[in-house]
Amino acid sequence: MTDISTLESLHLANIAAATDEAALEVVRVATLGKKGTISNLLKSLGAMSPEEKKVNGPAFNGLRDRVQKAIAARKGELEEAALNTRLASECVDITLPVRPEPQGTVHPVSQVFDEVVAIFADLGFSVAEGPDVEFDDYNFTKLNTPPDHPARQMQDTFYMAPQTDGSRHVLRTQTSAVQVRTMLVQKPPIRIISPGRTYRRDSDATHSPMFHQIEGLVVDEVTHLGHLKWTLEEFLKAFFEIDHAELRARPSYFPFTEPSLEWDVRCDRSGGHIKFGTGNDWLEIFGSGMVNPHVLENCGIDSKKFQGYAFGGGIDRLAMLKYGIPDIRSFFESDLRWLKAYGFTAFDIPTLDGGLSR
Amino acid sequence: MKFPLSWLKDHLETDADAQTIAAKLTAIGLEVETVEDAGVRVKDFVVAYVISADKHPNADRLHLCSVDAGGKEPVQVVCGAPNARAGIKVVFAKPGTVIPVSGEALKVGTIRGVESRGMMCSGRELLISDDHDGIIELAADAVVGAPAATALGLTDPVIDISITPNRGDCTSVWGVARDLAAAGLGKLKTPKVEKVDGKFPSPKTISLHFNSKSACPLFAGRVIRNVKNGPSPAWAQERLKAIGLRPINALVDVTNLISHDRGRPLHVFDADKLNGNVQARFAQDGEKLLALDGKTYTLDGEMCVIADDTAAQSIAGVMGGEDTGSTETTTNVFVESAWFEPVSVAATGRKLQITSDARYRFERGVDPEFVVPGLELATKLILEWCGGEPSDIVVVGEVPAWKREIAFPAGTVERIGGLKVEKERIVEILNHLGFGVSEAGDALKVVPPSWRSDIDGAADLVEEVVRIYGLEHVPSVPMERPHAIARPVLTSSQKRRRLIRRALASRGFNEAVTYSFIPRAHASLFGGGDDVRQLENPIAAEMDALRPSPLPSLLAAAARNQARGFTDLQLFEIGAAFQSGVPGGQQTIAAGIRVGSGVRSWTKAAHPADAFDVKADVLASLEVAMGSPMMAPIKATAPAWYHPGRSGTLALGPKVLAVFGELHPKIVAAFDLTGPVAAFELILDAIPESKTKKTSFSPSPYQAVERDFAFVVNSSVSADDVVKAAKTAERALIESVAVFDVYEGKGVPEGRKSLAITVRLQPKDKTLTDAEIESVGQKIVASVAKATGGTLRS
Repeated sequence: MTDISTLESLHLANIAAATDEAALEVVRVATLGKKGTISNLLKSLGAMSPEEKKVNGPAFNGLRDRVQKAIAARKGELEEAALNTRLASECVDITLPVRPEPQGTVHPVSQVFDEVVAIFADLGFSVAEGPDVEFDDYNFTKLNTPPDHPARQMQDTFYMAPQTDGSRHVLRTQTSAVQVRTMLVQKPPIRIISPGRTYRRDSDATHSPMFHQIEGLVVDEVTHLGHLKWTLEEFLKAFFEIDHAELRARPSYFPFTEPSLEWDVRCDRSGGHIKFGTGNDWLEIFGSGMVNPHVLENCGIDSKKFQGYAFGGGIDRLAMLKYGIPDIRSFFESDLRWLKAYGFTAFDIPTLDGGLSR
Repeated sequence: MKFPLSWLKDHLETDADAQTIAAKLTAIGLEVETVEDAGVRVKDFVVAYVISADKHPNADRLHLCSVDAGGKEPVQVVCGAPNARAGIKVVFAKPGTVIPVSGEALKVGTIRGVESRGMMCSGRELLISDDHDGIIELAADAVVGAPAATALGLTDPVIDISITPNRGDCTSVWGVARDLAAAGLGKLKTPKVEKVDGKFPSPKTISLHFNSKSACPLFAGRVIRNVKNGPSPAWAQERLKAIGLRPINALVDVTNLISHDRGRPLHVFDADKLNGNVQARFAQDGEKLLALDGKTYTLDGEMCVIADDTAAQSIAGVMGGEDTGSTETTTNVFVESAWFEPVSVAATGRKLQITSDARYRFERGVDPEFVVPGLELATKLILEWCGGEPSDIVVVGEVPAWKREIAFPAGTVERIGGLKVEKERIVEILNHLGFGVSEAGDALKVVPPSWRSDIDGAADLVEEVVRIYGLEHVPSVPMERPHAIARPVLTSSQKRRRLIRRALASRGFNEAVTYSFIPRAHASLFGGGDDVRQLENPIAAEMDALRPSPLPSLLAAAARNQARGFTDLQLFEIGAAFQSGVPGGQQTIAAGIRVGSGVRSWTKAAHPADAFDVKADVLASLEVAMGSPMMAPIKATAPAWYHPGRSGTLALGPKVLAVFGELHPKIVAAFDLTGPVAAFELILDAIPESKTKKTSFSPSPYQAVERDFAFVVNSSVSADDVVKAAKTAERALIESVAVFDVYEGKGVPEGRKSLAITVRLQPKDKTLTDAEIESVGQKIVASVAKATGGTLRS
């Protein structure tokens, strides 16, 4: 009868010496397999007397358990080593570039449009829109711009080829035509902004034959110049994300408003880029006024009962000021470098809670 | 409009300086463009006396001067001016003085080895003239050490203001002074116009020849005989020069002076050159006139002229005629002072493309009550400057009616202007501006003055009051919030546009904004370019047609970018596409292009832009817009600018939602583009309202099963037909069908293709048995066979 402890030492040594899973399997079969040494020992218990069983049973079983454990442990070690070898062989040059993914952008005009809408929506302004080709009546006449007004002249306004009846439609020169359309169908109170493309025959670094305007219109029974001033101040603070905006009003003239005012905002241009709310410069930012009673009447609104304000400014211009873009014509050139430099990611969604810009 | 401060002070008694006046002008709506104050530029320069001027030891053309600039010691100065010499008084800059022409401070210099401690200046260096041939020589009585500005006569700043079209009354120094006085900056002191009695009856009569609508309701004139024309007095010439006018002769200068002083344009005819009497009438069609600018104008029957018995001699209110103008030899004159209809003058000036000081004033409306006074004032000046003897004044026509009464209810200023102004102050402001004001119960009755034709209602009066009272007093008043917490305001179409914009940007597209007008040739390639979509007056020949789609502009932009070395790009635009040239004849379209053979990468082969890329763009955009996948069928047709075999249309019934595909090679070539181009046009207005609402959902607890089938079908059978047939085989069980392989070639008969699909079965009430799965499989095979003739691939 072989000495159990000698046998155990031998088996454990063999297990430890197994260098791969196959070698370990050979040891397992030789010990715990059907005809393995330990299996044979355990089988031999059947022929023993109860006294012999009492002694050998626990000894043989103990041996089996220890060998089993040792094999399992060795197996784990070998698996770990094999995995480590595989991982080492799988290494890549992680500095290689990723698969090409084009980076899309949102145009600054769209972005600023969304910013402006976010601000005015909070004040209950909805967004009104109208066509680019407009009736002369809506673009001029109803807005109190008489037929002989200089603004109607060919040098300022784009006209479409004459219709068969001789009338000529215009490319809208302002989005005020949308205000007319709104007033013709909606009863006060009215709070709208009307953003959109507008057209004038003009082209230099600050003028483009096509540009984008944002206009606001409020018509109710109480709104006056003080509300206009407050609205523009609050807008500028929110839009430029500054704590303080100082406005200066200058009397001006627009056919569709009376009184008419232009607004300058205090700014500082000394540092190469423009800063608002500080400094000694003034920058013209909005044209505005109280809606001319003639315009209200032209649109079927009782000017004795209702009043309100209108204002307008350039979306492109707001974008230029906020994001430091120098030339308005560059907005429409679709130069990929420009689109990427001044564009916004799809996820830069302006919100009042998260901020209009990063 | 320009005027020197001294001229303003003829009308306004004030101590205010130019800057104060300028600030007030802008504040009351007379926006200051510039204040030219040459005196400010030269404020640090002083008068100096040249004690000696010797030749520079090291340079022939330089002088070494000793200069008394009012200091204790004479100063050594090197000067290159040929006229530098002892005994003259000069304009001197000490070191540190900023030289206007360079904008830099003068330093102590060493010129050819000799130190120079200052500079004697030329007119050009001071930016007061173009003279740079020599240094300025001041009058002998100039005080050494005193500011040079006084000696140079540069103490009179010139203010230039822009006048809004409604303020014809401020096209004169008088009118500006009146506004300033009302705004509290001084007292109006315009001299009264004196009547000059005629010495004899006018030998010229005036007549008005208009049938219905008169272009000249009032015409006054008189003859002055035996005048001696010549240069006008120096003060008058200085004034004219200060506002940029060239003095001509006394008779012409009188009219220019009064035009700017009082806003009253006049014309002086050489009476001896007028053939007979004077009349105002419309020109005959084709009538010609040589005007004072030396050009001959062809007139038409809507243009008012002043004529003698034979021909038109002056374009009324616009420009006089060369033949009857006054010259040095003129001895007898006829002075015209008339009131022309603003609209008529504006139209004539526009048609003839003449801008003149007279037109500028007449088209804004001149004071109808100042026709005769203007004539009297002109008479007075002509008599003073040229002598002569005036005739009686002849007046024909009537002063155009201007008096009207405006009800101005109490509280209007506060209601409209948002600021409280005492009634007394309101009355005071209006009175100062020349308005007649009377009380009518609670309200005021206001009569605007004859020179304010722009005032026609209470709103105008509010403007007058608030601009003079001061817009800075308007308080900021918060607007009421319509709801405590803001409600959504965007319409569904506005939201869709926003979602699709950001969806496309997230898919790698760069958003462009391009012009609505494009070259007609480009428009024609995309179904446009017809006459009704042409602009009548494009700003450039290649911007003459309304675009039928944003695509042509995007393609042109892509070509420009390719020329800059960007071969692969994705651009999109959301904007108008015009179907016609009338209001409402436009749709909002999201158009996009993918251009190029694909960006090379170490991980995979380059992927050229193809129809399935843009199909994905369309489907993704629609899904984002609708909130759920768009199930509309796709037809293999598209407009002519697409590749006929690689394009499609997505439509709901007759309503086209999108067209997409690879572009036609001819289009790619027309735009000079390299590589394939795939494009899409998504018609945003056609997308149905999103009705997707989240509903309660309970996932099935039973195992889903996927089974693959490969069918052999005719090559002409579309994948969509196979998928649809499979889906309908057992609607309750089949959750989805997807194509995962398409094969044509070896192993598949000619003219046929293999189409492999995977079908996912999702039971809802029990686990499927093998037999049930087998049964569904048979139904699918049968359904596909029935619909497409396809058989299972063995």
